[in-house]
Amino acid sequence: MATLEIRDLRVTVEADNATKEILKGVDLTVKQGETHAIMGPNGSGKSTLAYSLAGHPKYTITGGTVTLDGEDVLEMSVDERARAGLFLAMQYPVEVPGVSVSNFLRTSATAIRGEAPKLRTWVKEVKEAMERLHMDPSFAERNVNEGFSGGEKKRHEILQLELLKPKIAILDETDSGLDVDALRVVSEGVNRVRESGEVGTLLITHYTRILRYIKPDFVHVFSGGRIVESGGAELADKLENEGYEAYTKGGVSA
Amino acid sequence: MAEAQNIPVGSTTAGQIAVAAESTVATRMSAPPSFDVADFPVPHGREEEWRFTPLERLRGLHDGTAVATGEGVKVAVEAPEGVTVETVDRGDARIGRAGTPVDRIAAQAYSAFEKAGVVTVPKETVLTEPIRIAVHGEGGVAYGHQVVELGAFAEAVVVIDHTGDAVLAANVDYILGDGAKLTVVSVQDWDDKAVHVGQHNALIGRDATFKSFVVTFGGDLVRLHPRVAYAGPGGEAELFGLYFTDAGQHQEHRLLVDHNTPHCKSNVAYKGALQGEGAHAVWIGDVLIEAKAEGTDTYEMNRNLVLTDGARVDSVPNLEIETGEIVGAGHASATGRFDDEQLFYLMARGIPADEARRLVVRGFFAELVQQIGVDDIQARLLEKIDEELEASV
Repeated sequence: MATLEIRDLRVTVEADNATKEILKGVDLTVKQGETHAIMGPNGSGKSTLAYSLAGHPKYTITGGTVTLDGEDVLEMSVDERARAGLFLAMQYPVEVPGVSVSNFLRTSATAIRGEAPKLRTWVKEVKEAMERLHMDPSFAERNVNEGFSGGEKKRHEILQLELLKPKIAILDETDSGLDVDALRVVSEGVNRVRESGEVGTLLITHYTRILRYIKPDFVHVFSGGRIVESGGAELADKLENEGYEAYTKGGVSA
Repeated sequence: MAEAQNIPVGSTTAGQIAVAAESTVATRMSAPPSFDVADFPVPHGREEEWRFTPLERLRGLHDGTAVATGEGVKVAVEAPEGVTVETVDRGDARIGRAGTPVDRIAAQAYSAFEKAGVVTVPKETVLTEPIRIAVHGEGGVAYGHQVVELGAFAEAVVVIDHTGDAVLAANVDYILGDGAKLTVVSVQDWDDKAVHVGQHNALIGRDATFKSFVVTFGGDLVRLHPRVAYAGPGGEAELFGLYFTDAGQHQEHRLLVDHNTPHCKSNVAYKGALQGEGAHAVWIGDVLIEAKAEGTDTYEMNRNLVLTDGARVDSVPNLEIETGEIVGAGHASATGRFDDEQLFYLMARGIPADEARRLVVRGFFAELVQQIGVDDIQARLLEKIDEELEASV
């Protein structure tokens, strides 16, 4: 069973000619089949956690370990992490000029699976996945994220999640900027992948809204660069009613 | 002289649509077209047509100091049966018929070449194999002139391949008879030090179709001036180009489509990728719709993909319309970057860095390459693109 283990992870970022510590010792274990929601106020370091796990060069790891099934993730390049089974659905997916969605998906699937998918079954696979996400077939011929609406970008991220079948999926504010309909479609996509039981999900969000569609097994409150409280789904209800105030007041975020 | 009214449109790099009583395309040149180099002043670099070009790297082509050497370039022509291949003196009536030099180097080439090559496809001859013209630089200075003429309803593909090292100023004339169809692929695959300047004139007969691919990879400095004019109504021109500009290279493509005849079409699409410090691409797209050219349909487009810091693109589409009685006229120019965030995105989907770059650049060029329709050339171009990319990683 695939397990992502994060131990005392410390991360800094360069900003305004100064080094700022963003993650101050994160501990978390995500197992295949589990869904963990990470909730926290803006600026608490949630997205930094997501991008650090994926290996974005902007972030410097200054301490701690991250392993996937015992393998040292921090030693891997960005593409190696993806091939090892980590997937990051991005909050702001970038446009890639000149590369069609269809070409991108096939190249990516080839890299992840280690061999090119058979053309006939692949076309069908993509078509069906797109239909489930209510995406028009013409979408495949557009350039990656170029001119996509906010909702289209998120659907495209979840389309990749469905096709690439990672061991660990990190969803960075996938719900932000979505209207209720789009949120439902995207959540259904995530749930389909979760129901396979083969993915561990790290759902990063600011709002509790998405948790009505995607039921977490664990909820963690993130504040000041670390997890300050963990619990079950009921913790989300508490946050819904009380907000983050209890966690940002006092010394926690200092 | 009437002042042209310039109306900037869209978010192009430096584009404009001018509604002009008199052509600014013509008047902003420093001298009227002429076959005589003496009619052009030596450029100093601030002229409109020279302002993007590093004159000091022209190796004297612009100021008369570049003297032809014996072993400048070698030209070899391989033509299928039915095609006439000749070497002629400058008195030959076919030379210069498609257009007149518009700048000093084109006039210099015209004034200095010794013999011209003429390739003729007789009327109604339809070739199934391409005509191949290999121009190989032997390290010297050379001036040249090439004519390709298709008789009425003839059809041909011509591949002009430039390799090796040379300082070359050479013009090419394409003369298309009525209903003729000519596809030209001009590949500039020069060694790093080569300098190549030329004017390519196409004169398109009634109902004839001219399709041109200008593909520039190599050279220290390449400056080409493809120009099209129509000899009768119903003509069509498709001008495609792609360039891959590396560190230190200057690659300049200056196009003019002169809609001087009613009911003609033109479509211009040039795409360039740039990488490395000092890579400089210049694209000038002039389209002129003369008052008499009613029923014109034209579109021009330039796209650039900047792969690294330190590269520079100057892209200037210019559409000048002297009649409102047209089918359509438009232009677009855009320059995008392939940056670290894009690289991260692709790598985060398991794609290794070098493959990610290749994916982006191949995808960017693919739609143009696929339209060439000559298999071995297409394959070679894609290979060449990969080579260029590997050199950078």
